[in-house]
This record gives sequence, structure tokens and C-alpha cells, in this order.
Amino acid sequence: MQEAMINRAKQLLADGSVDRVIGWKRGEFVYDITPAVFTSAEELDADFVYDDFTAANVSKYLVKESKKEGKILAFLKPCDTYSFNQLIKEHRIVRENIYVIGIPGGPKLDAERIKANGITGILGAKNDNGTLIIDTVYGEEKMPYYEALSVKCLNCKSKKHVVYDELIGEDGDILDSNRFDMVEKLENMTAQERYDFWREQLSKCIRCNACRNVCPACTCEKCVFDNPDSGVENKAATDSFEENMFHIIRAFHVAGRCTDCGECSRVCPQNIPLHLLNRKFIKDINSLYGDYQAGEDTTSRAPLNDYKQDDCEASIVHERGVE
Amino acid sequence: MQRIGVFVCHCGTNIAATVDVKTVAEALGHEPGVVISQDYQYMCSESGQNLVKNAIKEHNLTGVVVCSCSPRMHENTFRKAAAAAGLNSYMVEIANIREQCSWIHKDIATATEKAIILGKAAVAKVHLNAPLTAGESPVAKRALVIGGGIAGIQTALDIAEAGFDVDIVEKNPTIGGKMAQIDKTFPTLDCAACILTPKMVEASQNEHITIHSFSEVTDVKGFVGNFTVTIKKKARFVDETKCTGCGLCTEKCPMKKVPNEFNMGLDNRSAIYIPFAQAVPKVATIDPNYCMMMKTGKCGVCSKVCSAGAIDYKQQDKFIEQKYGAIVVATGFNPINLDKYDEFAYNQCPDVVTSLELERLMNAAGPNGGTLLRPSDKTHPHKIVFVQCVGSRCDDSKGKPYCSKICCMYTAKHAMLIREKYPDTEVYVFYIDVRTPGKNFDEFYRRAVEQYNVHYIKGMVGKVTPRSDGKIDVQASDLLANEQLHIDADMVVLAAAIEPDKTARPLATMLTTQMDTNDFFTEAHPKLRPVESATAGIFLSGACQGPKDIPETVAQASAAAAKAIGLLVKNSITCNPCVAHSNELMCNGCSSCEKVCPYGAITYIDKEFRMPDRTTAVRRVANVNPAVCQGCGACTVACPSGAMDLNGFSNSQIMAEVDAICK
Repeated sequence: MQEAMINRAKQLLADGSVDRVIGWKRGEFVYDITPAVFTSAEELDADFVYDDFTAANVSKYLVKESKKEGKILAFLKPCDTYSFNQLIKEHRIVRENIYVIGIPGGPKLDAERIKANGITGILGAKNDNGTLIIDTVYGEEKMPYYEALSVKCLNCKSKKHVVYDELIGEDGDILDSNRFDMVEKLENMTAQERYDFWREQLSKCIRCNACRNVCPACTCEKCVFDNPDSGVENKAATDSFEENMFHIIRAFHVAGRCTDCGECSRVCPQNIPLHLLNRKFIKDINSLYGDYQAGEDTTSRAPLNDYKQDDCEASIVHERGVE
Repeated sequence: MQRIGVFVCHCGTNIAATVDVKTVAEALGHEPGVVISQDYQYMCSESGQNLVKNAIKEHNLTGVVVCSCSPRMHENTFRKAAAAAGLNSYMVEIANIREQCSWIHKDIATATEKAIILGKAAVAKVHLNAPLTAGESPVAKRALVIGGGIAGIQTALDIAEAGFDVDIVEKNPTIGGKMAQIDKTFPTLDCAACILTPKMVEASQNEHITIHSFSEVTDVKGFVGNFTVTIKKKARFVDETKCTGCGLCTEKCPMKKVPNEFNMGLDNRSAIYIPFAQAVPKVATIDPNYCMMMKTGKCGVCSKVCSAGAIDYKQQDKFIEQKYGAIVVATGFNPINLDKYDEFAYNQCPDVVTSLELERLMNAAGPNGGTLLRPSDKTHPHKIVFVQCVGSRCDDSKGKPYCSKICCMYTAKHAMLIREKYPDTEVYVFYIDVRTPGKNFDEFYRRAVEQYNVHYIKGMVGKVTPRSDGKIDVQASDLLANEQLHIDADMVVLAAAIEPDKTARPLATMLTTQMDTNDFFTEAHPKLRPVESATAGIFLSGACQGPKDIPETVAQASAAAAKAIGLLVKNSITCNPCVAHSNELMCNGCSSCEKVCPYGAITYIDKEFRMPDRTTAVRRVANVNPAVCQGCGACTVACPSGAMDLNGFSNSQIMAEVDAICK
């Protein structure tokens, strides 16, 4: 796959179709893969990587990249295409300046989850019928494949690309992901249990802002958390209440726009299951206003931005919240 | 720092009986920026207003907080007072300590505490107030009347009389409404058709009135003086401009088994029909649910017999868009559905009818040509039982909590007419109370009892059972004699409650007007502004606002017309300066605000900005047209980046109020 992508990118650069390529390159470790922009065949040959550790969603980078001179080639996994569409809908990226190649997605591996099993010095990994064989500096290690998967891939909602100019590999289908199972578990808790759950999770927050910085729905010109006029700006968490509010404000901010790409939980260094906050909103929107998938298209009206005569009354929302 | 004056109103005892106003004035006097804090018995009176004016001058006030009734009541009063004293009107804030405090609390200590908190919130808001200046916008010199019953017709005639163009939108093929179905009118017993149909003709012939019959309002945009309305002219499959109303098609139409709505389904009409002889416009309409040509493609008789060539089976719904300065709602009422009233056997027995059905049975243009016959066997009924309050004054979920107001009088009318025409018929009326307030109303009822010997029995009917011999067993209680009665009646007439027309609620949503829990439109003030809705430029006419008889409806219709004319004569109206604006440095150009704006006030422009790294970039940012914006605030809550804000109700002002309350 990686070879095919590099070859196609080189072709498009060579024939002048695109001027730049956004993909990924490796950092210090084999699993340390970050988005990168390439401008030449040499750079692609040297650094371009796409493997089981390549999980980052490059859509958000296009907010800046697509406004530059020339055209950029973007490789998008199925989940990334939803973010891409949502950004088009919000007029945040310039579609004409982007050439999209759809590529097969995950499931992706999460090095942190492998390390959590006491396996270090990772040099590579491959799936062997449900067992992950990990090549390490200390020799070969094994662990269940499922346990090594990135959290965002555990409930994959779709293998279908909702937007592309061309595809490498096959397009897939929308999946029945059971992605609301954990949300339902939380809903079934008592208010106190749920409060305790979130207090425990959110108390781990170090307010590094990684979730906000990676989120494709968080592209404001000036974020409220960086704006002294907003009254909620702060770099460090001065008290626990504030970390809680940071995540709740953010969840409200992206409600109806979050495509459930899972990047927030993937990048969280404290492993807070932030995607569950967003999924709760998605689940509520689906049940109150009918099924809606942000980013599925670029023209539909988002339920929270649309007022219809048959919309449920606000009191229904209130009643649902009462224990 | 603002210099704020606080003025606490007693409102007689309305506030002062529950709120310790002196304590409120004293507590608010200690708030930052407050330089004077006073209480007074009636702040809205001239001397109360002078208190405010003098304080503004004497203490050089930059802001005013009045703790009084709802801002909907007297905000304008105090804004004017402030302006007269040289202070910008929008530096005045009202703390509602009456409707939201004294009226809903009993305990003086807690009510006083709450009044202080509400006052503190208003003071906190005034600190962030800025002077605002209102602009002007032009008024479209045309009115729309929605509903072509007697209310709509009267309103349209009065507006046209003043020289303004007015359009009537009526959902049925003809105007006339319920009054056209009524036989005689109380308390004078003159014929409804004789007084209504001339008005219908007058409306159709008036050069200023355009009637859109068989049409519906599908979309309303804009605001007072400047509404843009989309009207759907439903396909009637007959060219209105060609049809002469000769009626030959309705005679020749082979499909004659269509329940006739105008006669309440008591007889049949043809698939192509003219609702009644005096219909306006007198134009045929094809009912596509029954027309053989439309259903099977085989027939076409009407098309063949029509010498005017008016039949058009391919006609489509047509949409027209028109600008209006004022809109009058006259959507009227309907009797409630009686399906849930099994105890009265309405669905089992054809001789149990509603009062409106009885109107048709007694009407000369009705199914029996005016002779009262039982629907089941076409015989003369000799004993008729009237049941009052069927669904009215009802506290269960089947009925309506309110009094339908017209039933007592029309039942007295029915009873009297029957006794007059058929003296051998016994008439019983079962009632809870007989309510006859109105000019010559009680005299009318007394005549029914005393002169016509109608048996009025206080008590409710418990059960109506059709018997196999054709009689109807009416089981009831006589509360005054304290006994159970069985009456073997020939007919039972149910005075069904009336309710607003079902089209009213979606229309209210389109018009952004308020309704009560019964779907009656809410007036701007129940006593002082009874024909205006709370939404500027929308007026209320007739039973859409509450149950009404014909004289009241006509009076209100003319009142609504007067209000609409008062608006239409103006060349321009003062705009609300509390409009939205976007902070371009924060705007992402995401279009969320544009999507939620009900007035179409928001557009986007590409604008060049200097970026932090000394480059320039072109960004898409929201742009609010202040002449179109009505300050509803929908955009400010939809804006994900917090760039959109509302003058006079800024996000920071609202947060300051919340902070003051939570402190």
C-alpha cells in the first residue's frame, strides 16, 4: 500500500497535477508517526510512511494547507473523509486546491496499549490470526491483537469513503459499530456513579490541549480558551472544576459537528475516553432529531442548526435528564 | 464606571405586599456604581417617571435600573422617560420583580431576597450597556389576511376601505367560512347568508382586495413592515380565469358519491363541485381523490361539457411570493372531533348530530331543503334533546378546559326555531350553566324558556343509547329535582366544543407568534392590546384568538384592521437597534448563523485581514444587515466560535447577569 501511494504521489507531482503531498512520516520510533507535507519525489522516498501505526487524521491540516498557493494531494482514510466533508460544509477548507486519494483505513495499532502490556522497544508488529507478533529489541513478543488496537478503531463506524477524487484499494461499507454501547453503560449508571466516573477520568487531565489541537471540528480563528475576553481562557488547570468544564465546553462546541473520528482519545496522553462525551451527544441527537452523521455529506442541515416544526420540544430533553 | 440609579416600584400592593421594597432599594444601593436607590408607589405614573428624570439630571446618571413589572409592560415607558432626561434609552434595564417574583411567591423573606438578586443582575448588565441608536426601515403598503371567514372578510374590507391593497388567503375553494354554514344568527334570528353573502361579493368586487381561494401560506420571512410571504395556490384543476361558475360540470359529473363537506357530510356532492350557490369565487374545483379522470384517466365529462374550456387536469400547485407590511390572522375555529365521546353514541347513531350539523339540517340550502328530518329515516323528530358543554369546560383529556362561549346562545336559537316551526316537538336542553352575557342575550334565552316552553334542565347527560325501535334513550340527571331521567328522544344534538383550526399552529410557527396551550393565538396584552400579537406587525382577528360570536368577531376584525391600517399609513418604522454583529477577527465563516437566521439578515463577504505573522489573508466572514436583523439572537447561540454577538444582549452582559445571580 505504502509503495502504491508513494508511486501515485510521485506521478501526480511529476505531471504537475499537485504541488505538495500531505501524508505521514516517521519520528524517532517506528510507531511515532506524524502528518507531514512533502514537496518532492526524494522527500517521499525518504520519509513517506503508511502502516498499521499510521492513525492520524490529516483533514484538519488542510485548513491551512489548502489556502496556500498551488494544489495539495491528501491521502484520506475512510474516517478522515467525514472530517474532510464537515470542514467543507463549514467553509474551512478550499476544495479546489485539494486532490483527495482515498486509502484503506484501520484498524490501527496503538503503541501505548502495547506498552501497557509491558512490551517495550517496539521495532514492528504484525497481526497473525488475532495474535499480534511484536518485534522488539529484546526479541519477539506476543499479545492479543484486539488489545493492541487504537481506541478509535475499536468501534469503526465506516470503511466507506464519503469523498475522494480517486481511490487506492477497495472502498468499503458503513459498519454497524456498536459504538454507543459504552455510552449506554454510562447512561444506565446512577447520576452519582456517572459523576464519579467522569470526575475520575477528567481529574487526570493535564490541560495539554492536545485534544483541542488535533480535533478537526476545533478550527476556530480564535479559540475561546486562548481568548482573554471569553472569560474561560486558561492554559493550566487552576482547579479541578476547570478541567471538567474545559472538556464539557469543548463537547458542546463540537456537538452536531463532531464526526466521531476519535482523534481526541487517540492523542490524549492521559488516556481519557473523551470520545464518549462526543458520542453521548451524537446518540442524543440521533434519538431526538433522527439519525445524523456529521460529514456524511456537504449539503444537509445539521440538526442543531435546523429548526423544523416537528422538532421535539425542549421539555423532552429536560425530562430525559432527570434521574 | 457607570453612575447607576435604581428605582424600585411598589406597583401599589402588587409588588410591595410580597416584596419588602425598602430593603430591596437599600440593598441595591450598596451595589458597585449605584449612586441613588429609591422606591416609589407607582413608578410608571407621571410623578414616578419624574423621579427617574430628575435623578438622571441631578446625579448625572449614565444608567438606570427599574425594578418593576415585566419589560413587556413598561420598558418603553421608562426608555422614553430616560430619553426625555437626555439619557440614551438603551441605558435602561428592567428587573422584573412582579411577574417573576412578587406574583409567584408568598413568603416575603424569600421574595425580597429574589428581588434583590434580580436587581443585582440588572445592575451588572447596565455596567456593560452601551448607548444604541435606532435606524428606520420602510413599510410595504399591502396587508395579508389569512382566513376568509367573516373575520377575514371584515378585516379585508376595512383595510381596503382605507385605500390599502389587501390579499385574503383562504384554504377552502370559497370564502365565507363557518358563517356561510349557519342558518340563522342569534339574538335577532336574521338569516346568516343574507348578511354574509353580500359582504363576500363586496370583497370580491373591491378593487383593493385580491382573494386567493384554495390557497395556503407556506412560508413567511421578514418582519414588521417587510414580510415576504409565499402562498401556495393549490391546483383546483379548473382555470379560475375561465370558469364562469355555470355549474354544468357539477351536474354532468358522473361521480356523485362524494361526502359534501359544506353540508357536514350529510349529503353528497360530485367530484367536480362548487361548495354552495353563493360561493366566492364561484369557480368549480375538482376533487382529485374522487375524480374518475384523475384516478383512472377514463371520463373527462366535465372537460367536454365546459364551454369555457376551463378544465385543466394537468394543473399544478402554483407558488406566489408577495411583500406585505402587515399580516392579520383570521384562521377561525372548528367543532372538536367527537370520536372519543362514546357515551353520546355520536358515531353509532346518525340521529345524534352536532349543532353545526343541525344548522345544515335546518338550512333551506341544506340536505333536506330546510325541513328538519331525522338523518336516519327522514321522519320528523318529535322529541329533541340538546346536550350542552360536550367537551367544553371539561377537565379531562378528551375535552377543552375553556367555555366555548357560543353554545348557550345557538342552542337557545335552535330550540326556539324548532318550537316555532314545529310546535308539536318537545325540546329539552341539558346544561351546566346557561351563560348569556351580551346585548339582548339573556332576553333571548328567557324567550326560549318562557315564550317557547323549551325544557331547560340543569344536569348532565350520562348516556345516550340508540334503541332498536329507532328511539334514542337519553339517560340524564336533573340536579335541581335531584332525580334520574330517561327521555326517549328522536334526535340528540350535541353542542360540541370549538377549537382553533388545525392550520393555526404551524402558521404560528411560521409567523413566530405565540399560542396558548389550547392553540389560541396569544394577544400582546389581554386587556390593552387584544388584537395585536406579541410579534410586531401580526394582528389577530376573530376566533383564532379565543371563542367568539359573530358580533364580537366582526368588532375584533375591524379593530385588527384599524391596527393594521395604523401601521400601513406609516412610510417607515423605527428599527430595533438591538441587532447582531459579528466580530470579524473571530468569525470562521462557517455559515452556522446564516442557516439559523429566520430573517435572511446574514450574508458572507470575503475580506482581507492582516494575520499575526504580518501576512495578509482573505477570509470569509459573516456580515449582518442591521435593517433586516430583528435581534432574535438565534445566530449568537448557533455561532460555534462566539464571534456573533447581540447589541443590548451581549454574551458578556448575559454572563454578567448570571454571575450576579450566582454570586
